Amino acid sequence: MSSSVKIKTLTIDERQVGAREDQTILDVARENGIKIPTLCSLKGLSAYGGCRMCIVEIAGTPKLLPSCMTTVEEGMVVTTNSDRIKKYRRSLLELYFSERNHVCSVCATNGYCELQSMAQEVEMTHVHFPYMYPQLDIDATHERFILDHNRCISCTRCVRVCDEIEGAHTLDIKDRGIDIRVITDLDHPWGESETCTQCGKCVHVCPTGALIERGKSVGEMSKRKQLLPYLTKMREAHE
Amino acid sequence: MSRTITIEPITRIEGHGKITLMLNDSGTVDNALFQVTQFRGFEKLSEGRRFREMPSLMARVCGICPVAHLIAGAKACDQILAVKVPETGSLIREAINLGQIVQSHALSFFYLSVPDMVMGFDANPMDRNILGVLKKNPQMASDGIRLRKFGQTIIELLAGKRVHPAAIIAGGVSDPCSADVRDKILADIPEMLRIVQRNLDWYKQALNQNGTSSLRVSKFVDEIRTFANMKSLFMGLVNDDGELDFYDGKIRFVDSSRKIVADKLDPANYQDYIAEHVENWTFLKFPYYKPMGYPKGMYRVGPLARLNVVDRCGTPQADLELSEFRGLSSGAVLSSFYYHHARLIEILYSLEKLEQLLSEPAFTGNKTRAVAGPNNLEGVGMAEAPRGTLIHHYKVDEHGVMQWANLIIASGHNNMAMNHGIMQVARHFVKGEKIEEGMLNRVEAVIRAFDPCLSCSTHAAGKMPLKIELARPNGEVVHTLTQG
Repeated sequence: MSSSVKIKTLTIDERQVGAREDQTILDVARENGIKIPTLCSLKGLSAYGGCRMCIVEIAGTPKLLPSCMTTVEEGMVVTTNSDRIKKYRRSLLELYFSERNHVCSVCATNGYCELQSMAQEVEMTHVHFPYMYPQLDIDATHERFILDHNRCISCTRCVRVCDEIEGAHTLDIKDRGIDIRVITDLDHPWGESETCTQCGKCVHVCPTGALIERGKSVGEMSKRKQLLPYLTKMREAHE
Repeated sequence: MSRTITIEPITRIEGHGKITLMLNDSGTVDNALFQVTQFRGFEKLSEGRRFREMPSLMARVCGICPVAHLIAGAKACDQILAVKVPETGSLIREAINLGQIVQSHALSFFYLSVPDMVMGFDANPMDRNILGVLKKNPQMASDGIRLRKFGQTIIELLAGKRVHPAAIIAGGVSDPCSADVRDKILADIPEMLRIVQRNLDWYKQALNQNGTSSLRVSKFVDEIRTFANMKSLFMGLVNDDGELDFYDGKIRFVDSSRKIVADKLDPANYQDYIAEHVENWTFLKFPYYKPMGYPKGMYRVGPLARLNVVDRCGTPQADLELSEFRGLSSGAVLSSFYYHHARLIEILYSLEKLEQLLSEPAFTGNKTRAVAGPNNLEGVGMAEAPRGTLIHHYKVDEHGVMQWANLIIASGHNNMAMNHGIMQVARHFVKGEKIEEGMLNRVEAVIRAFDPCLSCSTHAAGKMPLKIELARPNGEVVHTLTQG
């Protein structure tokens, strides 16, 4: 550690913890065994701050802030799991479910889905918002993989892994807000992509059934969760 | 004075429908309609989905017989893959399907129909149910529960869970069966065979009057005579030896004299011999045998039809029972009351067949699925569901994305026959100014004999309070009856 990096002390959930000044609250919490739920964050990829599941309360700040994008400050008092936060997390998750067609029972990742397990974790029992039932396509043109927009939560893990780890940058996003879509190349069918290396990293970092391998039936698509940490570690070892 | 009677919903069947009886000035039934009033549109919502999701997606049509939809859906997908399912995969699928026949037939017979037989059609509706049977004949109620549980356990052991298992997939099944599981199922079969035999004996004896052994002299002789007792064609799948085959086989049609009208029809060409007629008063279509046209091409499916269609069952005890069943009529057995009898024989057959399948060395093999991508743009899957022949027909694009689906459900095939049946039974039993509950129960019971699954056949949902109204043409309600 460089001697120029300063150490900050702060309180997370009534525990005194020390952190480097460039660390985020999420990093420090994880280092200290304090669990904060996330969907878009993934170790080995840059922070995105899109899913908002990692929101925390900071004393003196009326707004809830994403812990993955908020760096620590001296004397900060952080709460990660108040009733207010739990309520917001549940509502956020309900919005995810209402926004697209997440039908778990016939999904290839049923039983392996992070969105599904998050719903259990935050004790979501109902979706209180009206379902939008958007008419969305499936891109099944690729030889090995399928992109199902119905099950995408726009976390951009696939976009980031394709750019930051594989270096292909085949995947990207178009449009904003509720219209946001993951695209391949310049919004061409995936099967026609000249940049895709067919590495499959996007599939294995996808938290839901939006990206799956072809040929998988219901409940057969488990994701290789250790793939990215392994790759990151091996690359660091070679540097 | 003409008037209309509506029975809505019909009780002790799967799904929700209503019956409308139109009475003329002299108080007799002029017309009778079996109406299914809701729909869910599963065929439409499948468009745009991956074809591999189809078996599980379509199985959500029904919670009673999801396995039938899984089997027919997976068989349609096999054709899209253009593969032959490995022997082990086929054996396991077939065994799961038989498990479902056992559980569904047990539900239909013991839970839904036995109350009418044990308590009587005119008994108080408060007693005329499985709990009433439990009081009056506890052994029988317990037998029904035990048999149904056994069927459900087979599905759970071989497919992962009892309702909507995901193990039946395009190309085969996802998991092999261990020797332990096979032995566990085999160990229970002798007891189950005793249960079915005991209840077949009860059925044959208890329904007879004065201890006579002839089934034709039944204490339900009026019901037997009037419960959709009519000439029609019968359709079912038979194997190459003319035996019962719930999983595979080719289509055979016989007429009311059991003469073969058409045989060895390829399920894939079902549209050559089955067409669907639409009426504007029900969401349930009217399939008919195309070469004879509508309505002459009326046919029945399900247990009664299957036993009329086959040369033999193919298992020893069931064949003995079948030969007795054949004695009920010189040609085909025509009264739909005998669906109940046929159902018991089919449970017996299923148990014997299960024993045969599970004893095959290949049953515990490891190769349970064929792996391929979409190679055909179209697939038709056909199998015998508890209620009759089930057809799933899918069309996909070159990437395997669903473009179109058509489902013809067992209860749909029987639609014309059910409508004729309620007309026949209503004309016999429903008469006069005041509606007696027992009269209407018989009208419902004829539908119950077919054991239709309205959720399946129209993909209907919802529940309505039961209300029967007798109204004058000007809408004035002269009599109201509420049930259940």
